[in-house]
Amino acid sequence: MATTTSHQRGRAQVTSSGVEVVQPRHTRSTILTYTGVVLICLWGLLPFYWMIVTSFRDVGFTFDTTPWPTHVTLDNYTTAFSTARGNHFGRALVNSLVIAIATTVIGIVVGVFAAYALARLEFRGKFYVLGLILGASMFPGVALVTPLFQLFTDIGWLNTYQALIIPDISFVLPLTVYTLTAFFTEMPWELEESARMDGCTPGQAFRKVILPLAAPGIFTTAILAFTAAWNEFLLASQLGGDKVQPVTVAIASFAGAQPHQEPYTAVMAAGTIVTVPLIVLVLVFQRRIVSGLTAGGVKS
Amino acid sequence: MSSTSGVATGEFAQGRPPLNPRGRRPSLHDGSGRRATLLIAPTIVLLAVVILYPVVSAVSQSFTKDAGLDPNTGMFVEGGFAGVSNYKLWLLQDCGGGAFSCPPGTLGSQFWTATGVTFLFTAVAVTLETVLGMVFALVMHRKFKGRAILRASVLVPWAIPTAITAKLWYFIFAYDGIANRLLGTEILWTGDGWAPKFAIIIADTWKTAPFMALLILAGLQVIDEGVYEAAKMDGAGAWQRFVHITLPLVKPALMVAVLFRTLDTLRMYDLPKILTGGAGDTSTLSMLVVDQVRSGFNAASALSTITFLIVFLVAFIFIKFLGANVTEQRAPKAKKAV
Repeated sequence: MATTTSHQRGRAQVTSSGVEVVQPRHTRSTILTYTGVVLICLWGLLPFYWMIVTSFRDVGFTFDTTPWPTHVTLDNYTTAFSTARGNHFGRALVNSLVIAIATTVIGIVVGVFAAYALARLEFRGKFYVLGLILGASMFPGVALVTPLFQLFTDIGWLNTYQALIIPDISFVLPLTVYTLTAFFTEMPWELEESARMDGCTPGQAFRKVILPLAAPGIFTTAILAFTAAWNEFLLASQLGGDKVQPVTVAIASFAGAQPHQEPYTAVMAAGTIVTVPLIVLVLVFQRRIVSGLTAGGVKS
Repeated sequence: MSSTSGVATGEFAQGRPPLNPRGRRPSLHDGSGRRATLLIAPTIVLLAVVILYPVVSAVSQSFTKDAGLDPNTGMFVEGGFAGVSNYKLWLLQDCGGGAFSCPPGTLGSQFWTATGVTFLFTAVAVTLETVLGMVFALVMHRKFKGRAILRASVLVPWAIPTAITAKLWYFIFAYDGIANRLLGTEILWTGDGWAPKFAIIIADTWKTAPFMALLILAGLQVIDEGVYEAAKMDGAGAWQRFVHITLPLVKPALMVAVLFRTLDTLRMYDLPKILTGGAGDTSTLSMLVVDQVRSGFNAASALSTITFLIVFLVAFIFIKFLGANVTEQRAPKAKKAV
């Protein structure tokens, strides 16, 4: 990609006539590129923008279609956090944080070990380990619902944090192992060898040399894992209860002022609160996230 | 991948003798193999607990009758061995009185509808996402200022949790919502007929086409520019270059992306559940399993086993016949080895 020069871009747009006039084509190509860029940006941002705009609109003007905020109010944010209608959004936010952080930490710690072995060591059955982890990432989450529901009922775990965290690991772990393995293979391992030559044990070499070098990759993987855990809905909606409900489930079941009335503006406010921190992460670390996504994690 | 690590291990093992306190004679695979086992064990144990155990228990349950009232005697019965009756319930819609005995409206009668709509979503959404993703990727592959903005805005749909995406599109598709207003229509997007199916496909495509674009872009970036130059010298047009160079060279990355999106869509739950709640025959297989959990675990187990087999079969077909080389693509260094 870096080798693409603007000159080549100009020539890439060969017209049907086949006449080689570089300059006009160059311009047309640039216009085409920027039109595409603008359209793609609008694709990604418009619905999100609409959520934010709506979240600031007075309930009475829910369906106002003015493209900018009108009848601005913060009421929806108060409503989102209000427990008067039996919604527990505030608690759900805390629950989501607890679940996503615990899942991420476990997924990363366990994943780092496995990824190190996969990237760095030669051993029999490596192919099968890769296959198993890959198979796990393809696994339909719904197949876990019935047995886990029964198991957790039997041992009294329904509506507990561990009942949500442990299954979450099943989809975060394959993601972390793959992404970290991809990062680890790219690392300058000569440094580890020098450390070993200087008398470090493998453990010391790993802690003192490799881990600091791997920090960016680990951090990126942590963002991916956190996002995946933060997004989880299916298992949480079945294995959790009011006490440990994460935000995804809480928002999906937001109650309005009257039964069967959808509190659109409050839902948009809650959605904005849940999404904006993630968007900020994406904005700040977009380069890293893209490299992490394309390195190993294909699960959305 | 194994070759690159093999070299590394060799050097690694050579560094061992002076550091080994017990003076064990190191061999190329011995020490690292044991260490690898220790390092990988936690992952395997965790995956076994959260995936293998549920699978085994689901499969064994699927051959057990659900406890409940016996329709003949009216007595509560404890279940027992069911043979394949749970599978007959779904596949033949046999609720106990032979094929097609499940009354319309019951969960038993919905299997084939759910299968059909799940495959419909998968086929249409993944096709749209692939085509759009390819177009997006080609645009993003060009050089221009403000690439960071583009990349960030492309990541926005990916970062929004699916449950919130569903709520957002539920609002957009509301009767008085912006979609109907812009289109000048009065469609009940979450009601009956084809509209709810389109609503789900549109929302899913919005969320994942950019993601697909990123994966395809990664594939595009490893293509050598020289190949295009050579083709241009030989007089190949833009379309010819796309068909004969870009497509074949990006195919490995593309196939893996398509495979994973296909598997994701086949197990889709959040989006249709929240967006339409199954209105207009939009209940997917996953939704059907969850609905069934409340009325009978063992029948639900059979259904989730069927879902699992379907997903497995599709993955198998992709890997075996359509050339999605998953291990090589996803295993590190594969790109560099090419």
